[in-house]
Amino acid sequence: MPSLLLDALLLQAGYNAALVALGAALLGMAAGSGGTFLFLRKRALVSDAVAHATLPGVGIAFIVMVVFGGDGRNLPGLLLGSAVSASLGLLAVQWIASRTRLAEDAAIGAVLSVFFGFGIVLLTIIQTMSSGYQAGLESFLLGSTAGMLFQDAVVIALGGALAVAFVLLLRRPMTLVAFDAGFATASGINVRRMDLAMMGLVMAVTVIGLKLVGLILVVAMLIIPPVTARLWTERTDRVLLIAGAVGGFSGYLGAALSASAPNLPTGPIIVLVSFALFLLSLLFAPGRGVLAALVRHRRFQLRVHRRQGLLALAHGEAIFDPLTLTVLRRERLIRQDAVATEEGRALAAKTLRDEKRWALARQVYQDEAVSGSYDGLTPIESVLTRDEIAEIDRRLGPPAPVA
Amino acid sequence: MNNAALELASEAGERVFRPAPTDSPLAMQELTVSYGEKPAVFSIDATVPAESMTAIIGPNGAGKSTLLKAALGIVPRLSGRVMVFGAPLAQVMHRIAYVPQRASVDWDFPTRVIDVVLMGLYRELGLLHLVRHHHRERAIACLERVGMADFADRQIGQLSGGQQQRVFLARALAQNAELYLLDEPFAGVDAATEKAIIDVLKSLKAEKRTVVCVHHDLATVTDYFDHVLLINVRKIAEGPVATTFTAENLQKTYGGRLATAHIDQLKLPAA
Repeated sequence: MPSLLLDALLLQAGYNAALVALGAALLGMAAGSGGTFLFLRKRALVSDAVAHATLPGVGIAFIVMVVFGGDGRNLPGLLLGSAVSASLGLLAVQWIASRTRLAEDAAIGAVLSVFFGFGIVLLTIIQTMSSGYQAGLESFLLGSTAGMLFQDAVVIALGGALAVAFVLLLRRPMTLVAFDAGFATASGINVRRMDLAMMGLVMAVTVIGLKLVGLILVVAMLIIPPVTARLWTERTDRVLLIAGAVGGFSGYLGAALSASAPNLPTGPIIVLVSFALFLLSLLFAPGRGVLAALVRHRRFQLRVHRRQGLLALAHGEAIFDPLTLTVLRRERLIRQDAVATEEGRALAAKTLRDEKRWALARQVYQDEAVSGSYDGLTPIESVLTRDEIAEIDRRLGPPAPVA
Repeated sequence: MNNAALELASEAGERVFRPAPTDSPLAMQELTVSYGEKPAVFSIDATVPAESMTAIIGPNGAGKSTLLKAALGIVPRLSGRVMVFGAPLAQVMHRIAYVPQRASVDWDFPTRVIDVVLMGLYRELGLLHLVRHHHRERAIACLERVGMADFADRQIGQLSGGQQQRVFLARALAQNAELYLLDEPFAGVDAATEKAIIDVLKSLKAEKRTVVCVHHDLATVTDYFDHVLLINVRKIAEGPVATTFTAENLQKTYGGRLATAHIDQLKLPAA
């Protein structure tokens, strides 16, 4: 199996597997970058409604094609049908949210379930039809690569490339609309049209991704990559790039993994790969990751305890907090019996002195740069120059020794 | 049509727009906006004089911000007309800069201070042009004007409220407009920021640009502005601060909500 995976990764596992892997990578890039603006505009869930609303379109397109004498397997035809019903679903969500007193989340819930339910009814009816080639229609639910044709892969690859180009072209107005819609309007951007373009993009990605990952999971390809990317950067252009990369990589690796063993479903594997990337990022990302936050919090807590402890020593007060005692003992500022060492007394005196310096400095310099940086922890030497501190010391008088 | 004919026509129930003076940077005629069936702004006429500093003043819920947003096409108008530099809004968008309320955006958005200021240049950059060194320098120069050049690479979530407001102002400066519309630029900012902002606004006026602010602090009106528009859903009064910002007009605008004692303490223009 490992060699099978290697073959798949290097596109050596056969023509079909290579086709699927490349298609999935392009689709992942398109979905990741397109989903970025959806995520930044805080409308991630709308894509779920859009995805579920594709199902009745697939069913109706199949029936129409069979009625007109085809076998119903024509992929562009099925995708066209799904696009039409997805736009109807989208319009329904927007109409409910803007024209009634219902909020968008309620509209999404209603539209999603009604369209999906109707689609399932149609699929059931289709199974009982005597003509047409029904097998494989359920693969629109969870996606499948079995029996994928070259032309299917071309549709996915072309659509994915177009979607990426579209995102690059509209990245500026879309960023502006997502950040500040009022300002965007006042800059001459038509916000409604831009939202429509964004949803159109999401719909296109959903529709071309249907065959590969299925309508239930395609939303994950839109949302997980930008959410993952957000953990790594504070810049919109980089969120876009990283999301595209995460999406493309998960598509590629997921498709290769599913090709390396029989009967591994492609869509769910792609989603699991991107989820693994998300989980790693959530834990280990430097700025916004969970571990980084824990470490930062703990360090801050220790600094606060150290300062409180030193001030207590300076005032000759007893320390009861066990964490404070531990911090001071570890730095050998106090002995085991909590009596200050030589070093501890010196540092305590300095802390008290700095506290007095700060108090005076905040009176003398009433600007933000000085008083804004006072938090009890920032060393005064990092805010004021040496001669400024000397002047403050002169006004404070000689330091009092700590008993 | 002369005035007498206009009045006859409007008495007969016809909708008549009086011709606005073409030189006004912002003229509103019978502007009405409503959320649902309750008007937020009702039939307001106003003409902002060129190169002035105009304050829009009124109590909470008087429709001050709504008026500004309707003038910019951010909220739809129910009726009425807006002319900017004597032309319909769509033709003169590039001559306007807008500073929205600070609270209207998500400050956890993945963007840095410099990126926000560069947004003021998007109109100029279009879809395809790359951000070049001279664009960046212009953005830094705008940050310099509001005293924020050192913060260019900070994530916007790390800024204080006053600093956020300054960044928004810098973005508007980057647009290099002739008409500046600001929604509560002094709300909840520290004293240093208030000073920095008013200095920039006064320098804009000195550069022969027009500034319009939604403003809530009655105590500073006479110091900061030369023209006022008092509204409370309807227009109460409009004119130069010296003749319009009077105790009588304030009482009409605020009704019982503003105690007479409070008005007495205000620095009103000498009658």
